[in-house]
Amino acid sequence: MIREQVAQATAGISNAAPALLALRGVGKVFSNGVTALSDVDLTIREGDFLSLLGPSGCGKSTALRLIAGLSTPTSGVLDWRGGGSLDRSNIGFVFQEPTLLPWASVFDNVWLPLRLKGISRAKAAPAITEMLARVHLTGFENAVPRELSGGMKMRVSIARAMVTKPRVLLMDEPFAALDEITRFKLNNDLLELWQEERFTVVFVTHSVFESVFLSNRVVVMAARPGRVFDELAIEASYPRDEAFRTSPDYAALCRQASDVLVNAINSTAGSHHDGH
Amino acid sequence: MTVIDGTLKLDPEEARRVRQERLERIGRWVLPLAIMILAIWLWDRICVWNEIPQYILPRPGVVLSTLDNDAGLLFSSLLVTLRITFLSLLLAVVGGVGLAVLFAQSKWVEMSFFPFAIVLQVTPIVAIFPLINIYVDNQTTKLLLCAWIVAFFPILSNTTLGLNSVDRNLRDLFKLNGATRWQQLRYLRLPAAMPYFLGGLKIAGGLSLIGAVVAEFVAGATGQSSGLASRIIEAGYRLNAPRLFAALFLISLTGILIFLVLSLISHLILRRWHESALKQER
Repeated sequence: MIREQVAQATAGISNAAPALLALRGVGKVFSNGVTALSDVDLTIREGDFLSLLGPSGCGKSTALRLIAGLSTPTSGVLDWRGGGSLDRSNIGFVFQEPTLLPWASVFDNVWLPLRLKGISRAKAAPAITEMLARVHLTGFENAVPRELSGGMKMRVSIARAMVTKPRVLLMDEPFAALDEITRFKLNNDLLELWQEERFTVVFVTHSVFESVFLSNRVVVMAARPGRVFDELAIEASYPRDEAFRTSPDYAALCRQASDVLVNAINSTAGSHHDGH
Repeated sequence: MTVIDGTLKLDPEEARRVRQERLERIGRWVLPLAIMILAIWLWDRICVWNEIPQYILPRPGVVLSTLDNDAGLLFSSLLVTLRITFLSLLLAVVGGVGLAVLFAQSKWVEMSFFPFAIVLQVTPIVAIFPLINIYVDNQTTKLLLCAWIVAFFPILSNTTLGLNSVDRNLRDLFKLNGATRWQQLRYLRLPAAMPYFLGGLKIAGGLSLIGAVVAEFVAGATGQSSGLASRIIEAGYRLNAPRLFAALFLISLTGILIFLVLSLISHLILRRWHESALKQER
């Protein structure tokens, strides 16, 4: 209990939602000596849509991989609620590329996480069909990835991550390679999905606009060494739609986030001279 | 593009490209066929013009009639050679893929054993055969072993490359979902290695025929074989050039057929997803 209170105090926002994961003094030094992350304190609360925003090299992807358990911190601890580590099956991960099996159909790609848990195709079918409907891919079950557009591939990737109904969805710049129109659409659909299910999202991005539109919390990171620079609460209410995207509130929040990001980038500008 | 009187007209550049494409499509078949016919005609003419005796260079027509007259002998020999070829190809697939999977289990295994595979590959089979002849009694086993040594390497090296060329994110995805080693192999690495394996298979198909024929040659020199190669040696001794040419023709035809069949199999498996099998669209 005391632990959780401390964790929430670190986050700097008072909120009733219980903490799901606390990163305490987490650091990561790669074997080549590069410090990817240094002394990161961050609390992720149940139901958060939290964006990690920062320039390239700020360690935001590294942080995500640590949370996923794909890599281990060299210092500090990740404290999942209830102690220890979270069951991996409670995590969904969406990569920067769609990362689909090119030889498998859309249906089989979404089946994969369930298949790896030993669930047969027939048994998994209802869950897969439902998930495909929710990402608006009904009718494309038998298509193979190369027959789909970039946006559709990403939808398959999201469906695959969500088909196990994970409590946490980790997304590593998932829409960075998409055109703006497709990106807006996927942003809207992702928010819709999140509002219905209220899972927790950690969303890595380098886009100010995307992070402000999606999240209730934007954590701005700075580079060299990768660290948490500041945090912004985006207090606009959900559902957020196209009206929000064009509202003055949104513009003001974006400007605010932009300023913080510029400060974060400037805070490392000095190290350019000795580094390069 | 310009629109005149409501009809869509191609600009000259585009029209030329379309014409070029059509020409290429026809030329791809007609040209090699025409050259082949011309070569056979020339062969026939050279025989006639220079009055070359049959036992040195038979006319194409004579080769064809020999193929018909000696059909029983030649085709039973072809069957012997085919049997060795396909059995050794089958063993090469099993052995090559099996070893590749073993190698993929650990870098250490691969590093330790790959040199052996290379030694087997680079030593000419003709030089190894006398040893095999000493150690192995059974004639078929001898030939099989020989053809296998020649054919398995491309499958092994290609499949090993394929198994190790899996997208890193996909590997992470499997790890995140708690996949076992076996699941990772079955659902990720083997399918990912498929295009590489099929490339190796196409090479191995030709090599297994070469291996079978070479093995027969070496064995045939001691009068122990009854495949097409021994027919060739025999015909050579008897100055029976028409039969020699007929046997040679059958071997080439077999090689071409093996290549075509393996290419078709490869195309059918990869056509929906792999870059190599996709038609280019512009």
